[in-house]
Amino acid sequence: MAVLPMKRINICALKTNRKAILEELQRKGVVEINEVKLDENDETFKNVDLTEQEANFTKIINQTTNALEILEKYSHEQKGLLDSLNGRKPMTIEEYKAFEAGSDNVYKKVLKIIALQKSILENRAEISKTEALIEALEPWKNLDISPNFQGTKYTDVFIGTLPGSRTEEDLYELLANYAPVDASIISVMQDQTCVYVMTTKAQGEGAYETLRANGFARPSVSAKTSPAEQQTKLETQIEALNAEIETFTKEIEEYADDRESFKLLSDYEIMRKEKYAVIEKLCQSKHAFILDGYVAECNAQEIKSTLESKFDIEVLIEDPSPEEEPPIIFKNNWFASPLESVTESYSQPGKGELDPTFSMSLFYYVLFGIMFSDAGYGLMLTVATTIVLAKFKTMEEGMKKFVRMFQFCGISTLFWGIVFGSYFGDIFKVVATTFFNSDFNVEPLWFSANDDPMKMLVFSMALGVVHIFAGLIMKFINCVKNGHIYDGFCDGILWILLVGSCILILMSTEFFMGIIGGGDPISGVLPKIAIGVALASALGVILTAGRESKNPGKRLLKGAYGLYGITSYLSDILSYSRLLALGLATGVIGSVINSMGAMVGNNLIVKAIFFIIIFCIGHVLNFAINILGAYVHTNRLQYVEFFGKFYDGGGRMFAPFSAKTQYYKIKEK
Amino acid sequence: MSELGLFFAVLGAVGAALVAGIGSAKGVGMGGQAAAGALTENPSLFAKVLILQLLPGTQGIYGLLIAFIALSKIGIIGNGAVSLTLNQGLSFLAACLPMAIVGYISALHQAKTSVASIALVLKKPEQFGKSMLFPAMVETYAILALLISILAINGIL
Repeated sequence: MAVLPMKRINICALKTNRKAILEELQRKGVVEINEVKLDENDETFKNVDLTEQEANFTKIINQTTNALEILEKYSHEQKGLLDSLNGRKPMTIEEYKAFEAGSDNVYKKVLKIIALQKSILENRAEISKTEALIEALEPWKNLDISPNFQGTKYTDVFIGTLPGSRTEEDLYELLANYAPVDASIISVMQDQTCVYVMTTKAQGEGAYETLRANGFARPSVSAKTSPAEQQTKLETQIEALNAEIETFTKEIEEYADDRESFKLLSDYEIMRKEKYAVIEKLCQSKHAFILDGYVAECNAQEIKSTLESKFDIEVLIEDPSPEEEPPIIFKNNWFASPLESVTESYSQPGKGELDPTFSMSLFYYVLFGIMFSDAGYGLMLTVATTIVLAKFKTMEEGMKKFVRMFQFCGISTLFWGIVFGSYFGDIFKVVATTFFNSDFNVEPLWFSANDDPMKMLVFSMALGVVHIFAGLIMKFINCVKNGHIYDGFCDGILWILLVGSCILILMSTEFFMGIIGGGDPISGVLPKIAIGVALASALGVILTAGRESKNPGKRLLKGAYGLYGITSYLSDILSYSRLLALGLATGVIGSVINSMGAMVGNNLIVKAIFFIIIFCIGHVLNFAINILGAYVHTNRLQYVEFFGKFYDGGGRMFAPFSAKTQYYKIKEK
Repeated sequence: MSELGLFFAVLGAVGAALVAGIGSAKGVGMGGQAAAGALTENPSLFAKVLILQLLPGTQGIYGLLIAFIALSKIGIIGNGAVSLTLNQGLSFLAACLPMAIVGYISALHQAKTSVASIALVLKKPEQFGKSMLFPAMVETYAILALLISILAINGIL
């Protein structure tokens, strides 16, 4: 219902105990450590710079992550889709200590995996290079000598390519002047021909010139033996490389059992990095160090006595000074705590501000339920979240709260679905008429928003008025708590009176009651009182809204402008019409899906099959779209219409020195 | 002339789904492009940017909603078409206009806001809660248009 009161903690201890003390604090995770900035000229106390060590930890963490990725590639870890909900694995201190001793070996294995992977990649590159060579030899395959052969003592041999496709006749024609010539075609492709030409030494030069003039080029491949032989040789090389890759792969796969220790290594280094970051924040003399931080009041005594029993240490717990802004830890009951993240993503309560989570929770589930407003979907959501909560016991706290929030929202949706008579749209009616020829239907508990949207609109806005008034009351309470009763009256109570009396005045007019279909306008003494209250409170707003200004003229002008703020109340209240619109959207689209399902087929069995298929796909889609809408717009109503009235935020979340590990959670005892 | 009544009513109903649908299709498309771009930088943001992409999609659904309410009101869906006077038909057309026009324009603007929010989430993933709010602000006007269309259609017959 609030935030936990914080204490300032100061620890002074010997440097020899530094590691143990910090590890103790890290495991407990209840102390936030402030940076103590020291004067550079301070002789006794110094800050140490550990950037280099931290960079080293980061390197190890990255390498371990890399090794895990490599391992995952070669030996896939069996994981269910929802396993990530399980959170970090718990582990005892003893297990952790045992690991710490052998962490060097684990790191060696990490390096080994990375080296193996590097060799595999190198081999792969070599293979593709070799394959390119084989490919290049392909046109020369029919040649039974080396493609680089230049001739004998009495002959010149020209092996190479000519552009375009040519025949043997073309060649002889080309070289007719240089007889005797032996020419043959090795291979022909569309854009080039591989040729073999032999002439006598004497004719060689001339023949070469002619060939050159026709675009002759020596082969780009080089081989000592015939191309076919060369290819076989290269293929054996590839096989050898592949065999090597296989050995490397097997070797990597053998490390699959070490996966857990790699994860632990990554966590271990993350914790060390965190610890070193904290050491930088301490102020240290030659033999002692001083730590300054915040701790929640409820944990303060425990941490003090634990530390004092274990170490030679001085722990000082004191109240934070009034100028300080200690960090925020939420403390709410089971009903409101799931919504802490909603408040948090708006802002943490600022100095002297109340935590608005509980007051918000009174409306959050209700608004969500009205917008989602389908008993079927509510039931689905409730059942799904309940199963998840029951199945994944070790879920992280934040995730658990998120799921619990949807569980409560689901229950609320179920309730409002029954109230407004919506079950997967109008499933009962459609099934009854299509398959059983009856006019059975489940009647809404109150009324159906489909049949009477105007009534629903009025209900939505009425709820909106209550919500906004609750916000204004919160403003009043907040002001009172900080000793500004007068401000609370001017900015909270006056507006409640003004808006409330304006609504009463509207309700006394026939015009308004006609629109909303609310029956006879109220009459008698009430409207007269309302007019009086409205005038008085409007006057009050004009006189007080500009109270910061000293100049009376300016004050009045500001006051008048403040009264103009009544228009924002109008738009705020109208904004709650989204309750109707989104509620209708869920129900009507659900009905569309049902009637589409009922349209297909002639006989009952075909109809039933198609109905079930369309029902499943359609409602899953509708569920997904509308749960998103309900979530977004519930947040909007809370943030804009509700928080806008009283909540500024601006606080800072408590960020304790703790083990921010990824895979394992170390249990205390 | 009077047989044209039904035609105009259908025109209105279909128009709401059509125009608002086009707006949402464009909007979700814009969001999708930005989301895909964001994923190239940080794939772990998938769920968040997907939600932001989907936000301009609701106008199309509201259009569908209006179309369905109108079509079932005039019996095109269900028990067979009722006969409408020209005046009633045109009234249906008019009643569908807010959803069609506001739906179209707000979807486009919501999409632009969504794209900006995706950029925000990419830089500051922890600001997701707030980033969701900006597009939702634009949607308010689509909801108001939806409301007026629903109320108007309900009042005609």
